[in-house]
Amino acid sequence: MIEITEGSHAVAKAVKMSRPQVIAAYPITPQTHIVETLADMVADCELDAEYITVESEFSALSACLGASAAGSRTYSATTSQGLALMFEVCFNVSGMRLPVVMTIANRALGAPLSIWNDQQDSIALRDCGWLQFYAEDNQEATDLHYIAYKVAENPEVLLPAFVCFDGFILSHTYEPVDMLSQEDVDLYLPPYKPAQRLDAADPISFGMYATPEYYMEFRYEHDLAMKRAKNAISKAGKEFGEMFGRDYSALVEGYRLEDADTAIITMGSLCGTVKDAIDEMRTAGKKVGLLKIRCFRPFPSEEIRKALSHVENVAVLDKNVSIGAKGAVAIEVRDALYGKTIPVLGYVLGLGGRDVRISDIKNIVSLAESGKGDQFYGIRPEVL
Amino acid sequence: MAETSCELFDCGHRACGGCGAALASRLILKATGKNTIIAAATGCMEVFSTPYPETAWKVPWIHSLFENNSAVASGICASLKKQGRTEKVVAIGGDGSTFDIGMLCLSGAFERGHDFTYICYDNEAYMNTGIQRSGATPFDASTTTSPAGKCSKGNARPKKDLPQILAAHGAPYVATASIAYPSDVVKKIEKAINTPGPCYVQIHAPCCTGWGFEGEKTLAIGKLAIETGLWVNFEMENGVVTRVKKVVRKPVETYLKEQKRFRHLFKPKVNAEEIAKIQAIADKNAEKYGTDLKLKSKPGPVVP
Repeated sequence: MIEITEGSHAVAKAVKMSRPQVIAAYPITPQTHIVETLADMVADCELDAEYITVESEFSALSACLGASAAGSRTYSATTSQGLALMFEVCFNVSGMRLPVVMTIANRALGAPLSIWNDQQDSIALRDCGWLQFYAEDNQEATDLHYIAYKVAENPEVLLPAFVCFDGFILSHTYEPVDMLSQEDVDLYLPPYKPAQRLDAADPISFGMYATPEYYMEFRYEHDLAMKRAKNAISKAGKEFGEMFGRDYSALVEGYRLEDADTAIITMGSLCGTVKDAIDEMRTAGKKVGLLKIRCFRPFPSEEIRKALSHVENVAVLDKNVSIGAKGAVAIEVRDALYGKTIPVLGYVLGLGGRDVRISDIKNIVSLAESGKGDQFYGIRPEVL
Repeated sequence: MAETSCELFDCGHRACGGCGAALASRLILKATGKNTIIAAATGCMEVFSTPYPETAWKVPWIHSLFENNSAVASGICASLKKQGRTEKVVAIGGDGSTFDIGMLCLSGAFERGHDFTYICYDNEAYMNTGIQRSGATPFDASTTTSPAGKCSKGNARPKKDLPQILAAHGAPYVATASIAYPSDVVKKIEKAINTPGPCYVQIHAPCCTGWGFEGEKTLAIGKLAIETGLWVNFEMENGVVTRVKKVVRKPVETYLKEQKRFRHLFKPKVNAEEIAKIQAIADKNAEKYGTDLKLKSKPGPVVP
């Protein structure tokens, strides 16, 4: 059913229909509307979950870790500083292969303090061994939660997942969203059956320490699981498409890319602006296309390589920066194209909520076509 | 080897000979029985009992981080409640984890009132990293980060009063115990896990390596701590002290002189001024908890 709803509310409804058994959450802007909505649902007995009002994000994810290890489907949501505070726990959850799903309402990291959107927070945790999905709009943000649980809990995967959507730009925007019914969700996402759990009837030890003789194999197997996740994502996305008409089988998605000379690559809500810019540029005779990255972990290197085989220029738009290097997506796209001669130029933009307009996208395409890039874009002239 | 042991905390772990914390582990599981899930903090006990692929724990056990066992336990409690399961949840941490780095999670979990028991094995310093001071290190103890020296007399601060802090959270049951009195430890843990709500048991666990005494003296040192009034075994129910171990007190020197961590108070010469300060701490403990066994007018043999 189509509803006009705020992004955070749509996500909360999707979470509710995923039937989490334990939710642990802490307020932080711009994520708070999600956990407030879930609290309302629990208070009104619409959602039968244990809701733990923890004293920090660090405890939120720690409680999720314990709840998941004890065998429950588990959920949290956070952003920015909250995610940074969870850093240590993030590695633990994935290292113990616990399929926690967490929404990230992407926001900049301080200092200076900023509550506004960029994707530095989840990108800063790109190495923590979680699946990372990025939503273009609230429909996708909503649907990706069902898919995230399905993939995370797949016995071939058993990895936690971030579902990232841009703070304010999506989280606080009212859009039409086609919400599934509970019956639909139950058909798609059966109850969680943990492969292993803390259980007095079958005692096992979780989170032991590993000496140099053993440690590397844990990381190796973690990496293998992440690689297997590609297939699991495609399968889960395809099944979703067959059941509900929206196919998410592709980890990357092209827009007017087939005959493009210049390809723009980005993630999240910026894809919408880029599509509008592309339409205008196409009308003006410029062959520009978009390659949207929906799944950043596992990183779809082969898919990117294949999708870009025919283009002449690649412009990567990063709402994050690895200070002293480049935006993370630019670095990884260039790595994906290793051995090819296609120029890949990176543009760091939109940090801390700086607006990115259609005209900016057009300017960047011109820069890329003239070989100028690997730079910040949109800096105030007085500091240049 | 494992099959021959009848303990839930199995043999084959790698603790030092005479380790107070290892004895605490055994006593904890003796008290909790099989229907228990343990949430452990990083520390000696975690490291000596679970080198992959071996574990000494014959109950379900999870270790996540140094500072989050209370939060992990909170999640386990919620998870079990939702699933209608009956296992008891017990979080275990050393004093570094409990008094210092895990205090935020501990306070949060007690304030929320989860039905779990937190057990601190208190060996009065960060032993796993090599004897650094913690908030539980006693006054004047020399550690590697509070060393006695030409202008230092060891740890400059008295021990944090964590049992009182947790009682102030409204914990229904708070107790201190010592591995020197094993059956008392077991009784208190049994009481804690069978009391609904968040309960706390702090077990004095002498560390031969960190405190500097021979491993066969662990129980004797634990007893001396109580007999001198530097450790008090008590129970608090709903914030009120209901039971205290009474003693005929010995001077604190009898405890201090047995341990290398206090050696600087005796060598090269006796530091009467500092020893008096420690005696004052013991006197204050005795007064606060009423631990002194009052002798009847006719002195006779005393059974503590």
